[in-house]
Amino acid sequence: MTAATTTAEPAPPAALPRQPWNRHLAVVAVLAVLLVPLPLVLPGAQEAVVVRVMIFAILSIGWNVMSGFGGMFSFGHAAYFGLGAYTTAWLLVERDVSPWIGMAAGMVVAAAFAVVIGFLALRYELRGAYFALATFAFAEMLRLWATNSDFVHRAEGYHVPLLPENSWWYLQFEPGSPHYFWIALALTVAALVVSILFLRSRAGQFALAARDDEEAAASVGIPVMRYKLMTMALAGAISSVAGAFYVQYYLFVDPDLAFGSSQSIQAILPAVIGGVATIWGPVIGAAVLGPLSDVTATVLRNPPPFLDFLQGRGGLDVILYGLLLIVIILLLPKGIYGALRDRWSRR
Amino acid sequence: MTLLRVEGLTKSFKGLRAVDDVGFEVAEGAILGIIGPNGAGKTTTFNLVAGALAPDAGTVQLDGTDITGRPPHRVLAAGMARTFQLMRPFYSMSVLENVTIAVLAGGGSRRTARTAAAEVIERVGLARWRDAPSEGLPTAALKRLELARALASRPRVLLLDEVLAGLVPAERVPVMDLLDELRSQEGVTLVFVEHIMAAVMRLSDSVLVLDLGRVLTHGSPEEVTRDPRVIEAYLGEEPDADR
Amino acid sequence: MTTTAPADAAATRPPLPWGRVAWVLGVIVVAIVLAYVQSGSGIVVSQAVVTGILVGGVYGLVAMGLTLIFGVLDIVNFAHGAFLALALFATYWLVASTGMHPYVALGICTVVMFVLGALVQRGILAGAMGRPLENQLLITLGLAMIIENALLLLFGADPRSVALPGDRGVPILGAVADLSRILAFAGAIVLAGLLFLLLQRTRLGTAIRAVAADQAGAELVGIDTRRIYMLTFAIGTACAGAAGALVAPLVTIEPTTGAQFNIIAFVVVVLGGMGNVVGALLSGLVIGLAEQVGGLLLPGQSPLLSVFIVFVLVLFLRPQGLFGRSG
Repeated sequence: MTAATTTAEPAPPAALPRQPWNRHLAVVAVLAVLLVPLPLVLPGAQEAVVVRVMIFAILSIGWNVMSGFGGMFSFGHAAYFGLGAYTTAWLLVERDVSPWIGMAAGMVVAAAFAVVIGFLALRYELRGAYFALATFAFAEMLRLWATNSDFVHRAEGYHVPLLPENSWWYLQFEPGSPHYFWIALALTVAALVVSILFLRSRAGQFALAARDDEEAAASVGIPVMRYKLMTMALAGAISSVAGAFYVQYYLFVDPDLAFGSSQSIQAILPAVIGGVATIWGPVIGAAVLGPLSDVTATVLRNPPPFLDFLQGRGGLDVILYGLLLIVIILLLPKGIYGALRDRWSRR
Repeated sequence: MTLLRVEGLTKSFKGLRAVDDVGFEVAEGAILGIIGPNGAGKTTTFNLVAGALAPDAGTVQLDGTDITGRPPHRVLAAGMARTFQLMRPFYSMSVLENVTIAVLAGGGSRRTARTAAAEVIERVGLARWRDAPSEGLPTAALKRLELARALASRPRVLLLDEVLAGLVPAERVPVMDLLDELRSQEGVTLVFVEHIMAAVMRLSDSVLVLDLGRVLTHGSPEEVTRDPRVIEAYLGEEPDADR
Repeated sequence: MTTTAPADAAATRPPLPWGRVAWVLGVIVVAIVLAYVQSGSGIVVSQAVVTGILVGGVYGLVAMGLTLIFGVLDIVNFAHGAFLALALFATYWLVASTGMHPYVALGICTVVMFVLGALVQRGILAGAMGRPLENQLLITLGLAMIIENALLLLFGADPRSVALPGDRGVPILGAVADLSRILAFAGAIVLAGLLFLLLQRTRLGTAIRAVAADQAGAELVGIDTRRIYMLTFAIGTACAGAAGALVAPLVTIEPTTGAQFNIIAFVVVVLGGMGNVVGALLSGLVIGLAEQVGGLLLPGQSPLLSVFIVFVLVLFLRPQGLFGRSG
């Protein structure tokens, strides 16, 4: 008799759209094809900006896999970037090994490092601020070690030896060569595709469940530790590629560039500004941030009269990054892409 | 035949014995209700059996296999699933995805997992919420989602932590009917911690009464309610509207 | 079960676990003896110990502000070092442009940073109260980026320095320490004492501790938690301001100087138990010693490396800190 009253249940809310993984893949493919001819029309200086945007993007895609989709907030992503950079540079300079092999080796080293950190952090149940501080500490330890170790040339770091001609094997081309752009594009596409494939795979779905609720995930039979470590390893490997390519593109690396906290921040910013735990967030964020520093550098080289005293000074770009970060967090906590997606889906 | 055997379970927190030498047996296809006043150690006992906590002493055997102290995912693999009193969905996923994940965790292909998950959802009466986001479901639907997720692995034993709490009386009856069916039609063995006496009386084959971390008595619902020690243990408890 | 330290409850609890303090002292003594064996020079070791303690006092002061903010507002404040840098430059600017004594600048810095802290909390951080931890962390990170680079933009990257009038070497225990260093240590101890009295003996302090222990409960008894949040952040920032003026004569003043202090301050905060003000002061001393004595034990490595090794060990093994109550 009372059962009749329960039928007056509220109507179910609108269906949750299934994650459109296939659509994401299709968009990646279309974008990649559209971007291929870009270096043929773009002036050299702007091509350099686009390449830097893509390095940012790869680094941040890795961060987003671990911290956005995996829910483990990394404040020391420079560790993976730096391991990628240093493994490549060391193998090339000290052992004359191709950067391609160096890149693969760097991925393995970074993934292994991520697993070690992850195991310790999960084993000792570090969460929230403690996890973030631990990742930060590991990156700093790598920086200090590299700065003081003869094994990797101490604070001097590595210069990539210059070659007389273009070489695919040594991943080196004349400055401004479109090859750099195409390789960066291919690596970015690969990072996106790999993360999409991971997230829609069984392992990725388990990782998402473990992020949402660790205990509940364990209770439905998911070995949480295994999938968290897998997520961290993948994230480390992706970010290390950014480091490996960075060395080949800028032909130089040192401990502060590789392992410094500003590199960790570079990993976080694009994802947060574009949208944490969204596929496109890091790419959009990198595309917004990358050109900013060039715009400000141009402004400061020839400042308008009222800013004359700032001529030749640096720092304006980072101030803008900081402002943007604060504004985004306060006003668009889901990031640019997250906010746009919400608006579209509400219609 | 005894399916679940628990012996001498003991657990202390900071020197306080939360659970002290608790033991019981549940036959295959039977329903055991665990009751007791607040602070009796029901939830701790539940978590010890489910593998969420490791006991200081004692054993948990499922169908003759010792599963004491196994992590939750291995307890599940052994055939025992649980629900959470405070519902814990994977909030970023829809109802269907929640249950699909649970099916997948047990193995099998992804296509069959969706079908199987849809069946379980139908079974627990959640069909109309199937594609809704799990975040923001009403309590009654979340309780059913907890059930569906636990059933997804086709467990032999189902541990239910206050599955009726937070439901208004009219919402309880269909859930109780469902539990009854699970036992009679699918032979699932149920162990449930419950505050709501009407449900305990209706469903249980036997009732375990805990008080101050120890087993006060164990018997049929009628025996237990007549036991003066049980009445005494509950005296002084706030009589709440649920009971 | 819980692994995060009971930061709130630990805030400013006065009694110390003396057994554990003795234990830590024992480890330090052993490290000092080992350093003596390794270096073979009594003067080198006593210089390291004296410098370690003096530097450690300042670390403690910086960390007290940080830990207070963490204990009460639950914010991992990455801007703390930037506030310190701001105070360093403010001191430099006051001294250079007016010829003011650095310790007069100390008073001004403390007051200005208090006001700035209050404004930042009310204006920016209050909007993200109750959001996930990462949001707060990222906002303070953004603040740090803005402050540090604004300093870079205005003052350039050239290192600056502030001279303390009448500064000279003072012999202690066979070692020599600059007077400015000794005064900075003394100042840190005095300020720590004042902060402790403020928290323990005043109405405001009681309210702050109440909010740290139980925010909802504090509201129930009529405490205006929003005001307490603002004041706590202001007090913590004022600590950074005072520390900045005190260390200005000791360090090369660059926009990134504060960030280096901040890294160490984080280590100190975790070591002392997040939210534990007295623990922060003691841990500051421990870290000062670890840095100096550890530098002797691991020659050729950066002194910071031993600091981080201690840090990681504490994070994993005693996340509630050396001086926190065991979980």
